[in-house]
Amino acid sequence: MSERQIQLEVLRYNPETDSEPRYQSYSVPCLNEWVVLDALNYVKDNLDPTLSYRWSCHMAVCGSCGMMINGEPKLACKAFIHEYTDQIRVDPLANFPIERDLVTSVEDFITKLASVKPYLIPKSDQPVSAGEFKQTPAELKKFKQYTLCINCMLCYAACPQYGLVPEFLGPAAISMAHRYNQDSRDGGRDERQEVIASDEGVWECSFVGACSEVCPKHVDPAGALQQVKVASTIDWYKEHLMPWMKK
Amino acid sequence: MEIVKTDIAIVGAGGAGLRAAIALAEADPKLRIALISKVYPMRSHTCAAEGGAAGVIKSDDSMALHFGDTVGGGDWLSDQDAVEYFIQEAPKELTQLEHWGCPWSREPDGSVAVRPFGGMKIKRTWFAADKSGFHILHTLFQTSLKYPSIQRFDEYYATDLLVEDGRCQGLTALEIRSGQMKQFQAKAVIIAAGGGGKMFPFTTNGNIKTGDGMALAYRAGTPLKDMEFVQYHPTGLPNNGILLTEGCRGEGGVLFNKHGRRYLQDYGMGPETPIGQPVLKTMELGPRDRLSQAFWGEQKKGNTVSTPWGDCVLLDMRHLGEKKIDERLPLVRDLCISYLGKDPVKEPIPIRPVVHYMMGGIHTDTRAATRLPGLFAAGECACVSINGANRLGSNSLTELLVFGKRAALSAIEHIQSGFPTSKDAALAAQAQASEARIDALMKKTGGTETIAGLRKEMMETMETNVGIYRTGSELATACDKISELRQRYANIALHDKTHVYNTDLMQALELKSMLDCAEAVTVGARERKESRGAHQRLDFTERDDVNLLKHTLTHYHPTDPPRIEYLDVVITQSQPGVRDYSGAKK
Amino acid sequence: MNKPYVRSLSKTGWFLTQPRYKRYMAREVTCLFIFAYTFLLIWGLKRLAEGPDAFQGFLNALHSPLGVLFNLAVLIAAVYHSTSWFNVTPQAMPIMRGEEFVPGNIIVGAHYAVWAVVSLIVLILGV
Repeated sequence: MSERQIQLEVLRYNPETDSEPRYQSYSVPCLNEWVVLDALNYVKDNLDPTLSYRWSCHMAVCGSCGMMINGEPKLACKAFIHEYTDQIRVDPLANFPIERDLVTSVEDFITKLASVKPYLIPKSDQPVSAGEFKQTPAELKKFKQYTLCINCMLCYAACPQYGLVPEFLGPAAISMAHRYNQDSRDGGRDERQEVIASDEGVWECSFVGACSEVCPKHVDPAGALQQVKVASTIDWYKEHLMPWMKK
Repeated sequence: MEIVKTDIAIVGAGGAGLRAAIALAEADPKLRIALISKVYPMRSHTCAAEGGAAGVIKSDDSMALHFGDTVGGGDWLSDQDAVEYFIQEAPKELTQLEHWGCPWSREPDGSVAVRPFGGMKIKRTWFAADKSGFHILHTLFQTSLKYPSIQRFDEYYATDLLVEDGRCQGLTALEIRSGQMKQFQAKAVIIAAGGGGKMFPFTTNGNIKTGDGMALAYRAGTPLKDMEFVQYHPTGLPNNGILLTEGCRGEGGVLFNKHGRRYLQDYGMGPETPIGQPVLKTMELGPRDRLSQAFWGEQKKGNTVSTPWGDCVLLDMRHLGEKKIDERLPLVRDLCISYLGKDPVKEPIPIRPVVHYMMGGIHTDTRAATRLPGLFAAGECACVSINGANRLGSNSLTELLVFGKRAALSAIEHIQSGFPTSKDAALAAQAQASEARIDALMKKTGGTETIAGLRKEMMETMETNVGIYRTGSELATACDKISELRQRYANIALHDKTHVYNTDLMQALELKSMLDCAEAVTVGARERKESRGAHQRLDFTERDDVNLLKHTLTHYHPTDPPRIEYLDVVITQSQPGVRDYSGAKK
Repeated sequence: MNKPYVRSLSKTGWFLTQPRYKRYMAREVTCLFIFAYTFLLIWGLKRLAEGPDAFQGFLNALHSPLGVLFNLAVLIAAVYHSTSWFNVTPQAMPIMRGEEFVPGNIIVGAHYAVWAVVSLIVLILGV
């Protein structure tokens, strides 16, 4: 296991003492198999206990440690040191307000996620005692990919539309609505449509596709959003050109 | 100090906390629910559970079999009335989760699929590929968004319970974002804050698993139970402890030593079963404690493979084929490739046992009630005990659902029983004392101990002395050392004196929790002079049902070692017997 | 005490900050060429309405070096625009057959095939 001395440039910001963020450099002896998160932990334990960042699972499933690594949205626990040169720049997740150091504000995302009704609105009521809803493997596969979102918000950091128009619901929230819309057990699409087929919803997306490129779980939010657009367009045509088709 | 008045406060928003919150909201929409967590709900460590959740649903299965597997797996330390309740509720809870949208894997006919798991006589583990905990957590979190009465306090760290007139009436919590303390007045409190595996250096547990919930109850005077039982998961990645689910073996993966021998047959779990034809409750489908102990045996015999990360054995899944691995174990494949650079489709994966789960926790009864009226607990932080001396894989995800809901219902019963609320002033005084304690820690200067330094010593102590096999002298060393570290903790000082997201302060508080819990583990282990389940002693190699068919209760003392009390195990139908994992013989 | 620091994206220069944004802008900019070509067609219609001489002048202009260059530029832009959209159709319109999604390259390939056939028909009709 080889060791390398890495210069870690970390954006620091403490609202109580700083008027604006500044970079601070740390020299960290890193094992080649380390991830950037390990380097940050080294800093926290050995060099500077005042550095703040979020992390937990260290296996890319809890979604806590999203940050910009050399300008790219990444999970710090899945950004391998061996893929970088000896100089690594770490910024808080782009497009989100910085609370402190690498900690950004999550509230906007949570509010948006909640607004799309990201829960099953069953087609038909069935008591638990009647057993499970049947769902074939094919029906499951239709939406499975969109269930894999870990809410890490990397897609929002990659999305220029979100950066320019903060009201945009954004990739993860709309993908989650799509996930439930595609679920054979769900009948709540009409309720969600009011939110996601709005100006701040899917039509704000111009299909840059960056969200899908940075998604650590290959959810492909960009694909989900285009599917929502296609379905919403079909809705519009049905409503305006074929009003008799309306339910 | 701001006061938040609520009916029920829940500490922890992982699987158990969310399940409790939803149960409360469903039972009575008028109830005010405060869901307090030091992380956003979806960051909770439930998300890292992989394999699945056990519940009887298939026609070839029965409650009696699930009962037998659980009690035997727990080496008869489980309370059997609790297990009976648990197995009855299990399928209902898992079906409820299905109704909330959990993407369980399916059979071709559309029914929920089940997979085999260690120590289970029948396939009964519901799974969502190998991301079961993740899907359970997100399903619960997203479902919880339906209920306006669930008020979330995300990124709040609970510091103390408010106990007045013999009842738990709320808590104080620090808003991490602002550094402000808040007082939560509640008629009942449910703790669902997870385990404390982070007291060990090599663990599958996330950074947040620091035993805060356990310590919160413990310090308030209600005992911890069976803390000495710490589960090693047999298959962790050797470099960082990342979990490879038991599902790897459930689906047919096998374990080899360096000579290519399926060594489990040498540890009472044979005879060898053909590759690709796993036999339930045999060989690789033995329970976790036995498998981890077998690793230790192989290591002592020199049969392990040397790797840069220490001694390992090999987990071979190649015969499962790419299609099955991608369908059933996609996360495992991704983790192996990403973090170890090895593809399980192409080569065996070196693995070694890793600290995974604490069977012990806050002492509760079958109603999820602690000894402190008004205080309830559920999930890994609680010990009912259904898991006894060794939890069977896939029982914990079910447990947090069953007892999360149970805690909610019991809390409502408690509120309905009617009692006078204590005066605000009395509670305020306690809250202020809690705030003063944090202030003192913040303002203190000149401390000579560091958080990272003490934590490292604690972890090394636990790793060296409180492992898979233990001895009296090692445990005595560990007790002394942890006791010493608790004293030295008084001499730490924070470098960070600011208030916004002060993670230096968080780490100091978490270290305190871990040290308190670690002492309960070490003292409990030193005093349990027998070998049972996950607690194996080289100086007391036999199970002692005459003297120690009992739970260890540990009572907190602020400066001295804890006081130990023993409590009889509840036996309803199964007398202690022999744990037999050589099913293939018959 | 909380004072979140907001970093805002430059309204005018944001697309220069990342290669993937530049690629996106390139795709979007190509539609301007197609937009311009529609004006050319409308102009041609106008000339056609003005009589045979006027239309002949229009055709001559198309055959001038500048006209050829313009057509070539539009063709390249249109091809880039079309292919960039073809390549993302599997994301926007996934198709399931039985238990499996139809592989992306088949969906993309089908688009190219239809394109080739339509081009061929247009070519045959044109000759």
